[in-house]
Amino acid sequence: MRDTVDRNVLDPSAVEAVREQERDWEANEVAQFLAKQAERKESFLTLGDFPVKRTYTAADLADTPIDDIGLPGRYPFTRGPYPTMYRSRNWTMRQIAGFGTGEDTNKRFKFLIAQGQTGISTDFDMPTLMGYDSDHPMSEGEVGREGVAIDTLADMEALFEDIDLEKISVSMTINPSAWILLAMYIVLAQQRGYDLNKLSGTIQADILKEYMAQKEYVFPIDPSVRIVRDCITYCAKNMKRYNPINISGYHISEAGSSPLQEAAFALANLIVYVEEVLKTGMQVDEFAPRLAFFFVGQADFFEEIAKFRALRRCYAKIMRERFGAKNPESMRLRFHCQTAAASLTKPQYMVNVMRTTLQALAAVLGGCQSLHTNGYDEAFAIPTEDAMRLALRTQQVIAEESNVTQTTDPLGGSYYVESLTTQYEKRIFDILEDVDARGGTIKLIKEGWFQQQIADFAYETALRKQSGEKALIGVNIMVDDTPDPKIETHAYDQTTADRQIARTQRVRRERDPAKFEELMAQLLEVAKDDSQNIMPITIELVRAGATMGDIIESLKTLWGTYRETPVY
Amino acid sequence: MAQPIRVLVAKVGLDGHDRGARVVARTLRDAGMDVIYSGLHRTPEEVVNAAVQEDVDVLGVSLLSGVQMTVFPKIFKLLDEKGVKDMIVVAGGVMPDEDAAALKQMGVHEVMLQDTPPAAIVATLTRLVNERGER
Repeated sequence: MRDTVDRNVLDPSAVEAVREQERDWEANEVAQFLAKQAERKESFLTLGDFPVKRTYTAADLADTPIDDIGLPGRYPFTRGPYPTMYRSRNWTMRQIAGFGTGEDTNKRFKFLIAQGQTGISTDFDMPTLMGYDSDHPMSEGEVGREGVAIDTLADMEALFEDIDLEKISVSMTINPSAWILLAMYIVLAQQRGYDLNKLSGTIQADILKEYMAQKEYVFPIDPSVRIVRDCITYCAKNMKRYNPINISGYHISEAGSSPLQEAAFALANLIVYVEEVLKTGMQVDEFAPRLAFFFVGQADFFEEIAKFRALRRCYAKIMRERFGAKNPESMRLRFHCQTAAASLTKPQYMVNVMRTTLQALAAVLGGCQSLHTNGYDEAFAIPTEDAMRLALRTQQVIAEESNVTQTTDPLGGSYYVESLTTQYEKRIFDILEDVDARGGTIKLIKEGWFQQQIADFAYETALRKQSGEKALIGVNIMVDDTPDPKIETHAYDQTTADRQIARTQRVRRERDPAKFEELMAQLLEVAKDDSQNIMPITIELVRAGATMGDIIESLKTLWGTYRETPVY
Repeated sequence: MAQPIRVLVAKVGLDGHDRGARVVARTLRDAGMDVIYSGLHRTPEEVVNAAVQEDVDVLGVSLLSGVQMTVFPKIFKLLDEKGVKDMIVVAGGVMPDEDAAALKQMGVHEVMLQDTPPAAIVATLTRLVNERGER
């Protein structure tokens, strides 16, 4: 595959010649121009604080081996996970949707599919995300509000009614309770006679980034990581095309981190999951091909592209060098991208369409496998049908009209992008080394180390917006007192909770109580024994009418719950 | 010297979005206020009890989960039951304009949404406490 490790784009004498040219240019053209007009700023930085040079030349690639740039579909996959990329198939257009009951969200799914969406992505309400049934006191006011409410298998049946799950891939954005949803999905598939090995999709199930950033957790860290491990090993054996995890930088970024921290912390979490699965005796090449990722598309266009490219290169090296993977499938990083919700503004909200377009274009030029573009109304509420249609059309314009998909990695070889990619790679590995030296990811989560760094960058960002150093149209520049056109926002259906709770209570009434009790007792036995896999018993439980809350509340008696010590 | 303004920054319900709440807590602390941050996933009862026990001037509740119209009526009812008349209650987060207007009707002193500059939050709380006067 590669014969030498140190062949660079230019030989040393050419590098020196280019540097000489640069010095001459600085002394002449640049100096003369600066004498007439100073630059806009003393120094230029990326959104993530990387210094940006006046221009980049071939000399900036002097320390990038040509094999690190390489070719698409070949180790280290800097230029893309597959050799032909969008020339074969566009990315999956996967708009997330979820509100109300299963029936309500099912209608939105069908609408999006009719509009040309090619994958499904499910947003759950806060009670489902946190493992509470809809009739739990903590769920009051939250049922079906910011996502769809799922308590039982019956809800799952409604959610996917008349949608062929062998034909379309389904992503479920859920974490501490992910394995229960996966169990429901499996039972639904079995009831419909599907082949589990034909199902494609993902659960997010990246619990470590919850403690770092998104803060959706139930149990303490150790049993939570064990559940993730169980999902990975179960899927490796039973669902060959299903991604049991989406290792996510997105929420780390949205919680305020820099793009570098997003990338490095997500890979720190990856390392923990791989180590946990290896401890079961499974070989890395048996499960690594189905590990998938999820990153944000932030506002700094070239930096984001460099971030995605560096992530692929780092992942390939980690999997091969640290974990001894042999199969190239274990080394190609595949990722979903969502544009940055926290970059959207309420004032002049239609400007959000332009922000989202640029972020989406960076995701595509960065080689994403699937993409969600945000609605213009997300600084108000969850998106309307109209906002989602326009967001989907944004992707379709990029895919069908712009021709950026005709060649793979069109920015490969850009002096700037390649240089930033290599800088990102180095800094990511520096952080990973630091994490190892400090005792590893889990220890540092418990100490609030990641959380503090994320909080620091979030605070810096708030100050930079305040000072105007970070420009935001409509907020700190181009502020316009003309009122925005009236916006129609998503209205919450007040009947949701009653409809949802009625179904959950019916399922509880109609199940066989003896069978249910017997399985619940078995659940605790399995949970106590760390060497067992929790998936099979969970599948039997949801089939027998157990609610998500039944399972979670029972395990809380054994494992307890997690409460963080907040840092700010 | 005047006593520093005492503030409880609170997250209520299942919402885990704490970026804004923590930025606000740090901003107010850096401005010399006494800040208590509740941490996540608190009930209205826990928050009101803490606000009363800690004798704060300002109770700030951050919500990005859309449950403002459920949570704030409960908070005001609990404050009322405890006979608290002079607590300054402010809201922050993401919500539709109609809800922000309704909260102000209900008695929320200010609603500060995303991208409110940190210095504006400090100025608003200082003004509200000055307007209230000595307790």
